[in-house]
Amino acid sequence: MITMRNVHKSFGAQKVLDGLDLDIPDGKITAIIGPSGEGKSVLLKHLIGLLQPDSGSVEVDGESIIDLRRTELNRIREKFGMLFQNVALFDSMTVFENVAFPLEEKTSLSKEEIRGKVLSALEDVGLKNIEQKFPDELSGGMKKRVGLARAVVLNPKIILFDEPTTGLDPIIKRAIHQLIKDTHAKFGFTAVIVTHEIPDIFDVAQNVAMLFRGKILQHGTPDDIINSTDPAIRQFISGSLDGPIQMV
Amino acid sequence: MKMVKLELMVGIFMLIGILCLGYVSIKLGKVELFGGDFYSVTARFDSVSGLKPGARVEVAGVEVGKVDRIALDPKSGDQALAYLKINSGVKITDDVIASVRTSGIIGDKFIKLRPGGSEKMLNNNDMIRETESAIDIEELVSKFIHGNVD
Amino acid sequence: MLGTAVALSLIRELGPVLTALMVTGRAGSAITAEIGIMRITEQIDALETMALDPFKYLVSPKFIAAMISLPLLCAIFDVIGIYGGWLVGVKLLGVNPGAYFYEMENSVVWRDVYSGFVKSFSFGLIIAWIGCYKGYYAGHGAEGVSKATTESVVLTSVIILVWDYFLTSVLL
Ligand SMILES: Nc1ncnc2c1ncn2[C@@H]1O[C@H](COP(=O)(O)OP(=O)(O)O)[C@@H](O)[C@H]1O
Ligand SMILES: [Mg+2]
Repeated sequence: MITMRNVHKSFGAQKVLDGLDLDIPDGKITAIIGPSGEGKSVLLKHLIGLLQPDSGSVEVDGESIIDLRRTELNRIREKFGMLFQNVALFDSMTVFENVAFPLEEKTSLSKEEIRGKVLSALEDVGLKNIEQKFPDELSGGMKKRVGLARAVVLNPKIILFDEPTTGLDPIIKRAIHQLIKDTHAKFGFTAVIVTHEIPDIFDVAQNVAMLFRGKILQHGTPDDIINSTDPAIRQFISGSLDGPIQMV
Repeated sequence: MKMVKLELMVGIFMLIGILCLGYVSIKLGKVELFGGDFYSVTARFDSVSGLKPGARVEVAGVEVGKVDRIALDPKSGDQALAYLKINSGVKITDDVIASVRTSGIIGDKFIKLRPGGSEKMLNNNDMIRETESAIDIEELVSKFIHGNVD
Repeated sequence: MLGTAVALSLIRELGPVLTALMVTGRAGSAITAEIGIMRITEQIDALETMALDPFKYLVSPKFIAAMISLPLLCAIFDVIGIYGGWLVGVKLLGVNPGAYFYEMENSVVWRDVYSGFVKSFSFGLIIAWIGCYKGYYAGHGAEGVSKATTESVVLTSVIILVWDYFLTSVLL
């Protein structure tokens, strides 16, 4: 269970999170939707302590992660895996080394076991025969999938995905969603997915939260969101240009 | 393959570096790794004014050792003890006379040893009995000016 | 006099300072650029989310490497400089070769050698420290990294010269 209470965060004069409350239930897939630049990535970074709120509280399994010492914070971070929006692969390591890195650092598996795990994780995301390539030799979609493999390879308890399918073709997108669903069914991790895949995500997630103007506008089951009467949510789901969300 | 080549280069670099480090420290810095092959003797002087550790110790103009360190004699309190390191190949009689002398124009002080005719040789940590102190030029000159030269 | 002048100036001052300045230009800038790029591409954040300490993985190896390699490079510099002096003085200008090395060995004492190595060791610390710091707190984008790199090289060079002055007066 991750709880955020009355979280405020500003960058200079720009208010990004403005008294946000959010509960992320254990063992479920929670999707966070909302217009670009509203602070979804910022919200995700608060969950893992990469950003500290200006005020408010963030608790993981009942433990506050604010102003912790590094060793304490690392103990909590062991529960997490994260896929960054820009993937953030280690660009001086090959694909294989990138995915193997968490295994080498955090487990005592043998070289052979690591090799097996890495190859099967890469195969799960539909990548083969690219282990020896470097990240800058891959397309954006392939990088995303390597990042995905790296985030899940340790079987973490909580996984944060920042736009895992943005920039992928429709078939791979479908395959990634299927992969998240399948592995979730198998391991029962807690997942938080920031996404723009509007109809598809309702099929993947058990909870959907809409972020708008620094607050969670509504948080409920996919059906709650689809049938919402809130004008901003209705506009966002239908992708219409008229409504409270104004793109200048 | 690439890794092996890199490691080889690093190894060669370390080796050359350590060799150079050794050359500079041992040959120039004169660090003694194995205690060195010499023995030490002590000489008590009334004054060693101007003598420095590392100064030469000569017999008949040939360098046979170095001044190791200089200290005030704790017993008398007004005399200097010079600890000399003499190369072990060099035998010095026990009636040797040690004197502090000046060489060259710059005035580097060194210790001159004049062995006598004794049969007995000095051993490690022995004391030289007969010494002549440094000649203090300033004192000489001032005596000369004030006219009370003996 | 030639042997004394070459050896003392190399071992006390030129060796440590010039090696440090060369390493600053070559490795100090590389440290800043590498860490800076890892910062702006969120690779450091990625390390953190894996509960790994970026200091342990990025910073401390560079400190250790700099502190080991600088004294070694300085020693290589000293030796090459001494033999370079020998080449010019003895082979080209006809100084007596025996005198060259004899004077040198007589004039250099352990304190000179020791202070030279203490200097280059501390310069290694300075190079790694400033290089990592500037990279870690690099600004935005390619320009941020380039600015950090420039600042790192300039600041490191200046601090090396100032610190050298300070060490010379303390050690010698
Ligand atoms: N490190 C930062 N420094 C300053 N502003 C930031 C920083 N990170 C994000 N922002 C700002 O916060 C807002 C939300 O960003 P983000 O969370 O990335 O949006 P999105 O919802 O598209 O993921 C943006 O307006 C962005 O400019
Ligand atoms: Mg984002």
